[in-house]
Amino acid sequence: MTLNTICEVKRLKLQAEEIRKRLLQIVYSAKAGHIGGSLSSVEVETALYFHVMNVDPSYPQDPGRDRFILSKGHSVEAYYAVLAAKGFITQELLDTYGHFGSKLAGHPTKKVPGIELNSGALGHGLSVGVGLAIAAHMDGRAFRTFVLMGDGEQGEGSIYEAAMSASHYKLGNLVAIIDRNTLQISGLTEVVMSLEPIRERWEAFGWEVFDVQGNDMEDLVKTFDGFDYASEKPKLIISHTTKGNGVSYMESVAKWHHGVPDEAQYQLALQEIDARINTLKS
Amino acid sequence: MNTIPCRKMFTDTLLALAKKDKDILAVTTDARGSVTLDSFARELPAQFVELGIAEQNAVGVGAGLASAGKKPYVCGPACFYVARSLEQVKVDVAYSQNNVKILGVSGGVSYGALGFSHHSLHDIAVLRTFPGMEVCLPCDIYQTKKLVEFLVNHPRPVYIRVGRNAVPNVYEDFDCPYEYGKANTLLHGTDLTIIGTGETVWHCLEAGHKLAEKGIFARVLDMHTLKPFDKEAVIKAAAETGRILTVEEHSIFGGLGSAVAEIVVQETPVPMRILGIPDENVVHGTSIEIFHYYGIDTEGLEKAALELIQK
Repeated sequence: MTLNTICEVKRLKLQAEEIRKRLLQIVYSAKAGHIGGSLSSVEVETALYFHVMNVDPSYPQDPGRDRFILSKGHSVEAYYAVLAAKGFITQELLDTYGHFGSKLAGHPTKKVPGIELNSGALGHGLSVGVGLAIAAHMDGRAFRTFVLMGDGEQGEGSIYEAAMSASHYKLGNLVAIIDRNTLQISGLTEVVMSLEPIRERWEAFGWEVFDVQGNDMEDLVKTFDGFDYASEKPKLIISHTTKGNGVSYMESVAKWHHGVPDEAQYQLALQEIDARINTLKS
Repeated sequence: MNTIPCRKMFTDTLLALAKKDKDILAVTTDARGSVTLDSFARELPAQFVELGIAEQNAVGVGAGLASAGKKPYVCGPACFYVARSLEQVKVDVAYSQNNVKILGVSGGVSYGALGFSHHSLHDIAVLRTFPGMEVCLPCDIYQTKKLVEFLVNHPRPVYIRVGRNAVPNVYEDFDCPYEYGKANTLLHGTDLTIIGTGETVWHCLEAGHKLAEKGIFARVLDMHTLKPFDKEAVIKAAAETGRILTVEEHSIFGGLGSAVAEIVVQETPVPMRILGIPDENVVHGTSIEIFHYYGIDTEGLEKAALELIQK
């Protein structure tokens, strides 16, 4: 790694921990949320919004902007915290999450600046991403489209309709990401409904597949930096993560899919995150 | 006798407009033949998106295209788009307010003999409950052309249902009156009002003429737009004619008749009769045979009107 890359990764790690802290705060305040899958996807969303994507919070509707679709819409707390950190929404608005009349619903909506699609029903985002990527090709525009899906979400058949069409239309400007934290609401994905071999399945659909340690910022940066968006193959990142990542007692425990910490648990989680923030700042 | 199906008028008009606007796209699911998009695909291949037999993906892709500023028309048999891909219509199109037009062809019982899998007798009921979704059933080729010309400059989600076969013209030419969301009054009677939508409108008009020969003067309304709905026309009809008969190529639950009744019972209660397809698997046959069997053709309407007038 070059010195610049080391500095960039450190900056992104710190940003991710600050986002992690904020999403924890809003879930605790709202007494609701899907915290496990939000925590697992913090690093990939941070990498996208603070390193990869060309987006401008002062001009959210820029036609040339890169697009991000949160297909696993229930992980919205991480998304809102990212949008606030990036400046699309204020930190004050973020604090209204879960409170009566808030603009911030329990799944993404376009009412919130920076959000491209109302999501929440699983298996929709990739098709919308295919439409965006086709539109970019039609108009010769350079914007790229990133779609974040859950691993449990892979049970939805519509995803494979979209996967088929993405390779048919040679959408190298489309990146799908599976947050592979191995847990869904009822337990291990491989017990609920086997998803493996994910790599071979997607390769068979004509995709270029990348296995990435999705809570490792260095690995994410290296992977995204190596992409050729002018290629003819759509790209899939299998983002190997830990559900509940960054809060010790939540990690890899299925019940934290949508658990809410009590006061003591909340303080413990804050201590763990603050300790990492202090280390990164030192 | 008209020989052009409304679907053909729709796609021919769309093709002409698309030649002047590269953002107009036709999206389909191995249905270019049944939709009559062959000319569009051949003449404007860069504006034609084929997605194979995958309606869910087609609606989602349509939403993505619209999100990027395109004007997609997602086209295929109505029975599939308002069932298989209904959640995509609900979330990606209506809820997300993406400017996608869903063209459902061969709607209602157009595929009569093919069975219930191929009927779409629930589309009005379902789609009018989705906030932000609009619903249109043009009645002939002249009105279909007017509708397409309106839609290309109407940046909202709309579902359009047309039938498979050519149907008789209700209007005389392309200068027919048309205002989106406003019913057309075809006959100005005061004894009762007959309201139709889509392919039943011609039967309403014919029945109106036959009733007039018997000295009964029916008001006939063409409710071409089911949402937004012309509430005022219904209130006025109830107040001025005292009886309302509705007829639709749709389940008797939740469609045109229900929409009219919701207004009538709350605003101006008058006797009503709702004609449509009852809660049963539809008898096999052609559209004409099915219309006749369930009494939603001219003869059935005349009979129902005579019964209603006695109330």
